[in-house]
Amino acid sequence: MSDVLERPADSPLKVVGTRPIRPDGVDKVTGAATFGADFSMPGMLVGKIKRSPHAHARIVSIETKRARAVAGVKAIVTAADFPDLASEEYEGGESASNLRDLSLNCMARGKALYDGHAVAAVAATTAAAADEALELIEVTYEVLPHVIDVEEAMSHDAPVLHAHLFTEGLETRPETPSNIAQKNELARGDLAAGFAAADVVMEGRYTTAAVHQGYIEPHACVAAFAPDGQCQVWSSSQGQFMVRTYCAKVLGLEASNIRVTPAEIGGGFGGKTTVYLEPLALALSRQSGAPVKMVMSREEVFRATGPTSGAVMEVTLGATADGRITAADVVLKYQAGAFPGSPVGAGSMTALACYDIENFHITGYDVVTNSPKVAAYRAPGAPISAFAVESAIDELALKLCMDPIALREKNAVRDGVKAAYGPTYRNIGYVETLEAIRDHPHYRAPIGPNQGRGVAVGFWFNIGGESTAAVHVNEDGSAVVVTGNPDIGGSRVSMAMMAAEVLGLPIEKVRPIVADTASIGFSMLTGGSRTTFATGMAVTQAARKIVADLKQRAAGIWSVAAEAVEWKDGAAHCLDPAKADAQPLSLAALAARSARTGGPITAEVSLTAQGAGPGFAAHICDVEVDPETGHVTILRYTAAQDVGRAIHPAYVEGQIQGGVAQGIGWALNEEYVFDRLGRMENAGFLDYRVPVASDLPMIEPIIVEVANPRHPFGAKGVGEAPIVPPLAAVANAVRRAIGVRMTDLPLSPPKIRAVIDAR
Amino acid sequence: MIRRHVSATVNGDPVEFLSHPGATLLDALRDELSLTGSKEGCGSGDCGACSVIVDGRLICSCLMLAAEAEGRRIQTIEGMADGSALHPLQQKFLDHAALQCGFCTPGILMAAKALLEANPEPTETETRYWLAGNLCRCTGYDKIVRAVMDAAAEMRQVRV
Repeated sequence: MSDVLERPADSPLKVVGTRPIRPDGVDKVTGAATFGADFSMPGMLVGKIKRSPHAHARIVSIETKRARAVAGVKAIVTAADFPDLASEEYEGGESASNLRDLSLNCMARGKALYDGHAVAAVAATTAAAADEALELIEVTYEVLPHVIDVEEAMSHDAPVLHAHLFTEGLETRPETPSNIAQKNELARGDLAAGFAAADVVMEGRYTTAAVHQGYIEPHACVAAFAPDGQCQVWSSSQGQFMVRTYCAKVLGLEASNIRVTPAEIGGGFGGKTTVYLEPLALALSRQSGAPVKMVMSREEVFRATGPTSGAVMEVTLGATADGRITAADVVLKYQAGAFPGSPVGAGSMTALACYDIENFHITGYDVVTNSPKVAAYRAPGAPISAFAVESAIDELALKLCMDPIALREKNAVRDGVKAAYGPTYRNIGYVETLEAIRDHPHYRAPIGPNQGRGVAVGFWFNIGGESTAAVHVNEDGSAVVVTGNPDIGGSRVSMAMMAAEVLGLPIEKVRPIVADTASIGFSMLTGGSRTTFATGMAVTQAARKIVADLKQRAAGIWSVAAEAVEWKDGAAHCLDPAKADAQPLSLAALAARSARTGGPITAEVSLTAQGAGPGFAAHICDVEVDPETGHVTILRYTAAQDVGRAIHPAYVEGQIQGGVAQGIGWALNEEYVFDRLGRMENAGFLDYRVPVASDLPMIEPIIVEVANPRHPFGAKGVGEAPIVPPLAAVANAVRRAIGVRMTDLPLSPPKIRAVIDAR
Repeated sequence: MIRRHVSATVNGDPVEFLSHPGATLLDALRDELSLTGSKEGCGSGDCGACSVIVDGRLICSCLMLAAEAEGRRIQTIEGMADGSALHPLQQKFLDHAALQCGFCTPGILMAAKALLEANPEPTETETRYWLAGNLCRCTGYDKIVRAVMDAAAEMRQVRV
């Protein structure tokens, strides 16, 4: 359990910081909650997708005549049924999307760019009829050479995925197309002088494999296209407004004609910040005139939805003998998958975000490859570059015979330091997280033979952005909180808690709901660790408007000035000494009189939240390596993180524990494996092995609270920072257990066994 | 394609449905009986989100043909609570915040129920190995394991 168990006794807060049961909890433990695939409509058809079996192929022709003749088949769509969009960037949740690429990823046009790329879709009365039709759709391909390895894709003689793609970010526009979509650079100081001032220089090359978010719920939706052009979509996503916008763009529809209702979402981790099925289901519904349900299989999820990049990285560090880092040169090469847009930009910006270094140069390459288009995955890009940098820092600590935490403290960013990515840090809690692990008993616990202890740190920006929230007071004095952000990890309870705190209601009296796109104002999707911060800010402001309204109404009832009314413990109190006999008016009492005091009591706030505080995490990992098998056991794990203020500490701990578990999977087991034809060989949970309960120990979170003054309760984003350190924390622990630096993830038993044998 | 008539007991009630030849028990529960609490995460028996108990034995309902359910007693997540009274496991999952997205939760609860029926006093290691067939991607399992062990302790108290 966490060090922060309960709200301090002297806290003026009654709800924030406690651990109430989530309002949607009973539905989740009884099986009543409706996830994407649980929704049905009368007369609904089954939609399925025909996918390319080739990693790279020209689509010569698609013949659907025989498929259309199958009894029960009602619609078949191909790229010809979608508008051929112009290239246009759209600013989404955490990153921009190119709408043309988004459309082409939903349905291949002219070329299939990866094994699993959709080439046609069918709707039929039964799954069997849809399957039969898929078999009968005849696609003629001209198979092309493919490339998946990021460095091979960068070479001048690699097969080119997009004839129109010319590298951006170069001084002169190149003459020939390339798979390098973009080169970006971040630099400060004088790198040569920095290395000249160094007593030691460490160089390393690191690689990570493409890994999938691995949410347990496959993508699913139901779409209904009415004859008057009004569309309805029910789907599992990280943002109903995102689904609305993307469907409108991909299909050439008016967004106002599309209403999207969010289903409960069975995990996303960034992977549900885009669309795959919804536009196809709408197109099939438009053609057939019936609602269409589409649900991916697990194989489809792996083959055709976003993993995050595999990468190759080079890190060179220079430092003085006493551990001051004088220079850092970092090169990052990230796979983007079939279309530009790897998270190398964020990987670059976060790479040195924990370090105060005078001279550095970071170069990032965004490289298209014949693999599924990457999607956001929890702190997109950051765990990858952190793996390289944190491994290099650990090597530096070993070389300098310095304690790895002391080395990090010596070079730590603090308030007032200009971050490597630009802004000046304010109110950050990085040093506090380092101190938290340094002073934790875990760091001093004895280590046995074949065991090692690794330390690593991580950073994530966290974002704010556009959010809307409404608060409605019911006639019995309870309240409803309405937001537009799907609740992936328990954010609904935090929304209710913040409203309850302001209103002075017990948490049980506040019901939070996540509304459809027609029932609440716009909100950016749930991502970037923004919901508790930004939407929480909107909720708090809406609740404060309610309180202001209630005070006004009470003042009217008492015939006093509004300033003479205080809101305390869920009731209006009269401060006017002339009205000493005025009894407090509770929320319930005021709600009962609302018709006579101005009508229904509601408030809605829309805002663009600024001032999201960045998140810093510092982790300790103990491993034991079995020299016989090369298997790594995680013995103990402690994770400290500055969260600003934990609104619901149990769900903050859950975010930390879950992020750590995903990072451990990334470090030890998970990877996309392709055969020589570029087909994914392990598209299932048997062969793509995510951590199971017996792989992990308890994961001890330490909640560090350095309040964010820009949030009404001090909150910072939580969900992403915890996945940043584990890759290197595990690798650093393995280094210290076996005495050899492992630089290629995952650290699978055969690799470790080979290193032990060669030792 | 001829559909087969199947009679079984689900959560104590007799049910009948028509099964396609290739339909799994999970398909029948979800599509024929509208019991959508059991989830399909993989369809290959690797994730455990479809876990149900058939004649006292924990299984992945995606790996059993619906036609094989003939005459069997099936327990699903929808039958876990006693009316409006939650099972101790359900309550402990809420108390410990042992779920985030909640998608794996029905399967994990069924697996945990089978564990406590087989072993009322599981160690942490036994709990972890028993639940190793149920994937959770959100929680890191920490709070799940605590909730199961806490429920086991409470159920032992009640038994005494």
